[in-house]
Amino acid sequence: MRLPDRKETEVRAMLESGTPGPVPTDLAERAMLLGLRTAHRRRTAQWLLWIFFAAAVAFAVWAAVTEPWVGPPQQTTPPLGW
Amino acid sequence: MGDRRERRERRRVREFESFVAGAAGRLLHAATLLTAEPSGAAPAAQQLLVGALSRTYADWDRLRGEDPYEHTRHDLAVHFAHHAWRYRRPRGGLLGRLPPQERLMLVLRLYEGVAEEQVAATLGLPVERVRELSKRGMAAMLSSAEAGGDGRQGIRRLVSGAVFREAGAPDSGGLGGARRGERAGRDPEGVA
Repeated sequence: MRLPDRKETEVRAMLESGTPGPVPTDLAERAMLLGLRTAHRRRTAQWLLWIFFAAAVAFAVWAAVTEPWVGPPQQTTPPLGW
Repeated sequence: MGDRRERRERRRVREFESFVAGAAGRLLHAATLLTAEPSGAAPAAQQLLVGALSRTYADWDRLRGEDPYEHTRHDLAVHFAHHAWRYRRPRGGLLGRLPPQERLMLVLRLYEGVAEEQVAATLGLPVERVRELSKRGMAAMLSSAEAGGDGRQGIRRLVSGAVFREAGAPDSGGLGGARRGERAGRDPEGVA
């Protein structure tokens, strides 16, 4: 850990020196409104992702059970003697 | 069930409001320094801060002991770095003559007192880059304080000279290391 040098102290004093402007009274309220919207959007996205995941699993299970890629069994035997 | 959720929401609102009441002044000052607006009329800084606070609020239940102030500052810094081009234009603030990245370094390193390594990790930059940017920003600030004129080019040259000299130092150390390695490599031969 090094000690802060003179230049750093000087610039820090410059940064601290400005009188901070007044904080708007509705700042927290605005942030909360926006935050709720963000949370809602995130929740919706998550929900959609879960739906997609569930649909993919359901499809995989159905496909494994019914094996739709297997054709129907042959009704006739192939002709003999060719 | 609904009652419990309502109570939790009320508590969250209360906690968040008290956090904002305590931290907003300092955070707004930092945001105003970043956007380089005059304090008192800083709509862009307010917007930047409201965005960061809103994400802190959205994450409030998941903070789990993390300091909300640090969370907000981290979000603010990352968001500012990502949209730095929006704040390129000087708007008459204290750091107006500095490019956005140097402003960010000065605010994080000096105003907020975040360690170089942590700044580097936050922004995904090498530590050397952080050091160089803050040094450049500091030099520009000091020169403008002393001269009041536009001595930026001269300062830039000076600082890059300093960086070059500094870069030379570890280099020679590296050479020493190589020489040491050479010797170490030869030693076993001597033994054999």
